[in-house]
This record gives sequence, C-alpha cells and structure tokens, in this order.
Amino acid sequence: MKSLYNYAFFDEGSKREIRRAILKSVCIPGYQTPFASREMPIARGWGTGGLQVTLSLIGRDDTLKVIDQGADESVNAVSIKKLVGSTTGVATTDRTAEATLIQSRHRIPELPLREDQILVLQVPIPEPLRAIEPSELATKRLHAEADYTGAWLMLFEELQRYGAYTTGSDHPVLVGGRYVMAPSPIPRFDNPKLDHSRALILLGAGREKKIYAVPPFTKVVSLAFDDRPLRVESFGEHSCRLCGATGVFLDEIPQEGGAVYQCNDTGYCLERLNTNHTSDGPA
Amino acid sequence: MTEPLPLLTVDHLTRRFGPGCARCLSPEPDLRKNYCTTCGTVHALNGVSLDVRPNEVVGVVGESGSGKSTLMKCLYFDQAATSGSVYLSAVGGGRENVLEASDQRRRQIRNTVLGMVYQNPADGLKMDFSALANIAEKLIAAGGRSVSSMEARAGELLGHVNLPLQRWKEAPRRFSGGMQQRVQIAKALSNRPPLLLLDEVTTGLDLSVQAKVLDLIRALKRELQVGMLLVSHDLGVIRMLADRTLVMLDGRVVEQGLTDQILEDPQHPYTQELVQSLL
Repeated sequence: MKSLYNYAFFDEGSKREIRRAILKSVCIPGYQTPFASREMPIARGWGTGGLQVTLSLIGRDDTLKVIDQGADESVNAVSIKKLVGSTTGVATTDRTAEATLIQSRHRIPELPLREDQILVLQVPIPEPLRAIEPSELATKRLHAEADYTGAWLMLFEELQRYGAYTTGSDHPVLVGGRYVMAPSPIPRFDNPKLDHSRALILLGAGREKKIYAVPPFTKVVSLAFDDRPLRVESFGEHSCRLCGATGVFLDEIPQEGGAVYQCNDTGYCLERLNTNHTSDGPA
Repeated sequence: MTEPLPLLTVDHLTRRFGPGCARCLSPEPDLRKNYCTTCGTVHALNGVSLDVRPNEVVGVVGESGSGKSTLMKCLYFDQAATSGSVYLSAVGGGRENVLEASDQRRRQIRNTVLGMVYQNPADGLKMDFSALANIAEKLIAAGGRSVSSMEARAGELLGHVNLPLQRWKEAPRRFSGGMQQRVQIAKALSNRPPLLLLDEVTTGLDLSVQAKVLDLIRALKRELQVGMLLVSHDLGVIRMLADRTLVMLDGRVVEQGLTDQILEDPQHPYTQELVQSLL
C-alpha cells in the first residue's frame, strides 16, 4: 500500500517512546505512566490517548475493531478506523471475536476477551483523586504513599447524600492490591470484566499525557465499603428488543409510549441476530 | 523512674527559612528578632524544647511571628523541621524520632496518634463535604471501611460537640465559625488520639461562642484524659485551660513554668510586658 505517511502515522521514534511507556505501565499495574502525547489529526479529548496506543502497537497482521459507546458505526469510531486503516492498511472488523486489537470508548465488549487480544480504552481523566486534589504533585505523592482516603471519602459522601453509590461510570478500582485507578468512564457494569481479564487492557489519556495498564489475570477490585457492596446497573426484566439478549448492558431509548431497550454493544447484537437467523430463525 | 513517659517530647526543634550563614548559625548569633541581617535567613523556630505529659494541657503564648504556628505545623508534619527531634510515647515506645520517619509512617502517626485543630477551619476541614464525611475522613485514613460503624462514631462525636442532628449531613461551609470549630474538634478526636494540638482555636470567634468552645475543651480534658498542646496569644484562654505555659519570642522559648506562676510572677521582660498588657 502506498501512503504519504510512515506506517501507522507516527515516526518510529514516537512509536518506540509510546511502547516504552506501555511496557512500564504493564510492569506497574494501575500506575499512570507519563508520556509525550503527540499532536494528532484529531482533537485532544476525542480519543487521542487510545489512538496513540493503538498506532504504536498495530502490526500488519492485526485486525482492528473500534467501539464508541458500544457502537461500531458512530462517527468517532468510523473516523478512527479510517485513519488507522489509511495509514496502515490493516483490516477492520465489527466482530469482537475476530479482532486482535480493540480500541474502545467507554465500554468493554460483552463477548469475553481472550489472551490474544488487546483492549485499548480511551481515558478523559486518568487521575481517580483529581476531583478531591487538583494538584498533580500532590496526587503523585498520594499514589506513592498509597493514601487513597480521598477516593474513599468521595464514595462515603455519595452514601451520605444519596444513600447509594452514584458513580454512573468511572467507579474507582484497586489494581493488583496497590494502585487505585480510574477505569475510564466505563459503566459499573463493566468493572467486573477488568478483574482477571484474559486480555491485556491498556488505557491511554492523550490530553492528560498518561498511559496505564491492567495486565492479563490481574486482580481488580472496585472500591466499596465492607457493609455497602457495589451493585452494577440492573435492567430488571428488560431484554434487547432486537436480539432478545438479557444480562447485557442495555441502552434505554425513550419513546412515546415508554422507553425501549436494546443492546449497547452493537457488534454483539448484530452477531446474535446473524447467528440466530442462520441457525434457528429470527429471535 | 516512677514518672510516666511524656506523651510528647520536643528536643531542640529548629525551622529555618533560608540557608543560614556563619554568623547566624554560631552559638551566639546576632539576629534582629528572628532574622539574620547578613544572609536574610528567618529562624522561625530556634531550638525549641518542651514536653507534654499525659492528661496535661501545655499552653504556648507569644506574639504574632514568634513561631507558635510553625511549631504546631512541624509537630503535625505539615511542615518539615530543619533539625531537632520529636518523640511520641505512642510511637516506638517514645524512642523513635518521628521527624525521621518515612512519609507513610508520618501519615499514619498523624492519623492515629495526633489530633489537630487549626485556627482556620478551612485548613482542617473539607468545607464542601458533609460534617459526617469530614469526621469519617480521619477514620477512613486510619483504615475504617465500615460505613455503619464510622457513621456511629462520627455521630457520637458530633453529639459530643453539640452539633444539632439535622445538620450532620450539611457541609461546614454553611456553618457558623463556632460550629466549624466544633466539627474540627470532633474530627481531631475521631481516632481517640492521646495528644491534641490546638492552634488558636478560639481566635476570631465571638465571646459567647468562644466560651462554648473553651467549655468543650475543658470537658474533653476532664472526660477523655487527652494531653493537649494549646497555642494562643490570648492569656485569658491560657489561664483558663493550661496547666503549664511556655512563652515564645522570636522562635525561642524565653520562659516556662506553671501557668499561675507565669501570670503572677513573670520573670522575662517580654512576659512581664505581656502580662501587664492583659491587666
């Protein structure tokens, strides 16, 4: 393939620097490794952290899947796929099982990931203590001393105010018994998927210039008080109106005459529809 | 040795702002107040030694800039001391200089052995978190992970300092100064520390509120048997609360003794001036 750009957009030196940061992150699970976030042809805050991780890792044999809030076909996902595709020529897919590299904005796919897959999450705010401590110097020190009082205090205050944990997404987790980490704004529903994940999970924050990782088979525990366990989102009796799936993360679509529900993970939904259609007819 | 080990022993605590020079670091330094005219170094604390015994209130008086608050901040590890040593009977049997402890260990000491009440409540409280959460902060820091037991303990303390029940879940930003100060005291007491550090706790409060806070501190002393180091520039507060008193001037302790003795028969010219200005 002829391209005006170097393979995967970046020069080799940049890719190497980002890979070094990734390696360090894998060595220190949950630790936010600073890196020299590059200028990208998309704006910071639109997935540049994840994109830089993806570009530094992608090889000619990879198959890429990009998800934006569960969807494969949203503008952001399509743009990122096009950029990576036109600078590398690698194949893209909507099927989770086919992908070797999955870049995702704020969801972990419903289909369990495998050892030979890498999940890249885009992160807006990598610092779980930022809301309580604005100074980077101070939060670095708190991490160094493993003082996570602030993260716990925020949860305690939620319980005082609302009687329940109200973190809609980005509920902090303890990684490998050491670092408290912001899991990117994935719903609480996806937090358990981080624990002992078979796939390597990399998190990139382009604007904040941080990369961090959950290596495969790492213990990841959502913060919760002993007598107030964390509950994930529940959808009651609802199932996907398209594929009939239950026990998955559903989108609630308000409509006249009441909301309807369907799978948030469009790739998963499509896969189920196709399978059901060929084997035993429409669900 | 029948005498109990002091709760707190401070030995030649020094805090300098600046490099120091041959002239101001000599045994007989020539300083203008606490300031070296040659190198510009400020000697905020210049070899301060003191101790606090169990169930004793030690007062520290002195004018603005005499080093009172710096002393408290060094003892609570808010500031790093330049030299000297501090021993706490609750840490390592009182033989470990806590100024040399690691950051993590100091944080632990701060959260379990010491309670601090700052002059400005904003220094000691998270003003936008509920009063309950403010107290829980110290419990969480000391390893508390049970919401119901932390709520119970925080409620017990807030009741103790007479904060009305309906305001427990409100943020201290919306409290009066006296109430904020009482929340701070409750927070400082949360882990039952053997030693309380009180820095100008009544300054800026009106007289009736001052009286309430002072009553509370006196009751705490009687009921909880904690030792206290009490900084104030108000001799009335010192007279009411302190068993022993130290007088600080320009970063040094210039006189110390029983409070009555200091107030009735001051020896140092500065103390005499101080006591006279009270009368």
